[in-house]
Amino acid sequence: MWFLPNASGNLPGAFRVLLAACLTALLLPALGCRPAAPRADLTIANGAEPESLDPAMLTGQPDGRVAFAMFEGLTRFNAVTGAAEPGLACAWDISSNLLTYTFHLRTNLVWSTGEPLRADDVVYSWIRILTPEVASDYSGNLYYIRNAEAFNLGKIKDPAQVGVHAPDPFTVVVELTNPTPFFLELCAFHPQLVVQRQVVEKYGDRWLKVRPLPVSGAFELVEWRLEDRIRLRRNPRYWDAANTGAETVDILPGNNATAALNLFLTKQVDIIWDKNLIPSDLIDVLRLRPDFHFFDFLASYFIRHNVTRKPLNDVRVRQALSMVIDRQRLVTRVTKGGESPSSHITPIGIPNYTPPEGTPYDPPGARKLLAEAGFPNGSGFPRISYLFNSTREHERIGVEMQAMWKQELNIDVELRSMEWKTYLRAQSDLDYDLSRSAWVGDYTDPNTFLDMFMSDNPNNRCGWRNPEYDALMRKANGSADSAVRERLLQQAETLLIKTDNAITPLFIMAGFNMFDTNNVEGIYNNLRDMHPLRTVRKVRPPRKD
Amino acid sequence: MYFVKRLIALPPLLLLISLLAFMLVRVAPGGPFDRERKPATPEIERALRAKYHLDESVWKQYLRYLGGLVQGDLGPSLKQRNHSVNDIIAQALPVSATLGLASFCFAVGVGVPLGFYTAVRRGHWTEMIGTFYTLLAVCVPALVVGPLLVIVFAVKLGWFPVALWTSPLHMVLPVITLGFYFSGKIARLMREGMLNVLPAEFMVTARAKGLSDFKAWWRHGFRLAILPVVSYAGPMLADLLTGSFVVEALFQIPGIGSFIVNSALNRDYPLITGLVLLYAFLLIVLNLIVDALYAWLDPRVRYE
Repeated sequence: MWFLPNASGNLPGAFRVLLAACLTALLLPALGCRPAAPRADLTIANGAEPESLDPAMLTGQPDGRVAFAMFEGLTRFNAVTGAAEPGLACAWDISSNLLTYTFHLRTNLVWSTGEPLRADDVVYSWIRILTPEVASDYSGNLYYIRNAEAFNLGKIKDPAQVGVHAPDPFTVVVELTNPTPFFLELCAFHPQLVVQRQVVEKYGDRWLKVRPLPVSGAFELVEWRLEDRIRLRRNPRYWDAANTGAETVDILPGNNATAALNLFLTKQVDIIWDKNLIPSDLIDVLRLRPDFHFFDFLASYFIRHNVTRKPLNDVRVRQALSMVIDRQRLVTRVTKGGESPSSHITPIGIPNYTPPEGTPYDPPGARKLLAEAGFPNGSGFPRISYLFNSTREHERIGVEMQAMWKQELNIDVELRSMEWKTYLRAQSDLDYDLSRSAWVGDYTDPNTFLDMFMSDNPNNRCGWRNPEYDALMRKANGSADSAVRERLLQQAETLLIKTDNAITPLFIMAGFNMFDTNNVEGIYNNLRDMHPLRTVRKVRPPRKD
Repeated sequence: MYFVKRLIALPPLLLLISLLAFMLVRVAPGGPFDRERKPATPEIERALRAKYHLDESVWKQYLRYLGGLVQGDLGPSLKQRNHSVNDIIAQALPVSATLGLASFCFAVGVGVPLGFYTAVRRGHWTEMIGTFYTLLAVCVPALVVGPLLVIVFAVKLGWFPVALWTSPLHMVLPVITLGFYFSGKIARLMREGMLNVLPAEFMVTARAKGLSDFKAWWRHGFRLAILPVVSYAGPMLADLLTGSFVVEALFQIPGIGSFIVNSALNRDYPLITGLVLLYAFLLIVLNLIVDALYAWLDPRVRYE
């Protein structure tokens, strides 16, 4: 045999042993895996691995999607519109001054483990997130409740002074400091989800490891393997269990957009519903597919100007920079995902609010302003930089704007790319000139975009402090009249995006998901990008395999 | 005695490594709780830091860490906040170890016979094929091999799954992707070792005593020729066992490689320190095993 080293064809025994060992080694991989678990009814590519599933700790959208499946608040999100609808509470009364909400709980509520769920559990969950030691990132979402902020900051110690009480097992009374038109929506959001006191107090930070885990929502947690999968099972004790669409659901974590797409194309994944899992290079092709869906999303992409630094401390410079950005070109030539160009930071589609226009696209006007600021035709303009976190999409947007600034104003803007955490730190330390920014709204109200630019808000991060803005925001949020409130908020937004031009909005982001409507139903696209798992189901009955 | 000494040196070495890892990760700008959305007031951030003792002096934190370490507790993860570092290692290490061991077997299983063959059949045209494979394996990175394998064998032909880690079939493509480079590297080392041994005087003697070519190569040559492979195999195994970020990311495998990279990006201080310690421990222990193997394989090697 020509391929064997020994011409005589007589293999020594030891060599045969070696050859056999090598062949076994090649086959070993087949022995090392655990047996495949039966496939769930639905498999969903959910984006990054959740940092936490604890409603008090979690911060990310992928985390929230799982938590909303497991826990419920007094209200819950409507699958079609994303608006608040009755959840654990079947009804509520609102006082005439809009400051007191009385929620009536359903009388048939039980935890998935069988214990009754009562008003005390709601009060406990809300107080828990406000407890200083819990240090919840989202405790600010409850500051609309009387004394909540003071309690969270440790200024008052007695939780009974916080404006949430349970006068009887089926009633929760909430007192607010201001009329808060979006309060019912907040009651559905993750900081207000209801968790069981006994299990949290007994197991502390490790309470999510308990099995069976008592949950208040439509799905129970069966298994959570990091970077592998989260297996959920329908909670038969959920009050609306009859309408839960799937028996078992696998939530797959992962940041690899190509792998997610491959899994989807080979039908191992039914739904991709995280926009980071859509490969941005392929968006042109994907958009033409019938199983690709995109929609307006309650999120804004904008530039922060560091107003504490020269020359950006001059409003004329800021306006000039923003007036030469062709937003239409950014969305049609760079992002291409169905984003809407926008000169305002609040998205269109928020009820009771029409956003005001910001700085227009006006290159001649911009050149004039820049000349007035002392830089005719860009001469003498210092080299400034545009900061962004290093991803290709942000870089492409930066490159495009860099060209616009050079072409229209003859100024050089350096692109400064940073790793995520370094970028965040640079932004909060005001160590930048211009910075890429984005914001996803927490509730369908302008306040979620506008209050972060109040002087003392930690998310301001552009050094802009305007007492007039603060006063307008306070006045608006104190107003019970929605028309008056809208007008005040519009004035505030105009101040922010036009008069002072502290930020330059670029576009309203788009939400994406992929699913075949012949295979999956119950996902409706709404501004909140909120798709409750309980309504999602296979079109055909689940396969038996 | 030599090995006892090396074992005694192990704890201080690990202590030094833990100190370096612990301090170095804190030099990087940004912290574990820096996010796009800051909490409503700076007090909350302070409370969060206090909860994980990040407000204490670094030395105090380090002593606290050592206190946990002695009891086998590597601390909480600051990113995966419902999991401890021990949980993460317990879950991800077996996955990476399985993948790594399988890739190791693949690399050795392909590399050793190939290197042996291309050495003894020097000049034969089949040697060219072997050398070409070796060259390809060493030059083409996993970043290219992986997606190519996926496109051909998973997407087009549908023989294997495109990603994930649930059944033996899911292992095939990642194992080949990860083991490919090492198989080429081992083939080269094996070939060089064999080529060095072939003209040696003891080989001529063995032939003169009447042994067939093959018996001489195998009984007298192979033992020495494989030594470079053995010394390479130790660190390689440590590398493979602790996972590969690229391959794990490509195939969405829940191994430890992605945690090593992400813990640094997330400034997850306890996790990165724990993983560095784990890696160091494996590296030291496996090197020790390699040294022992050396003495067994090569009668000329003695440790004092």
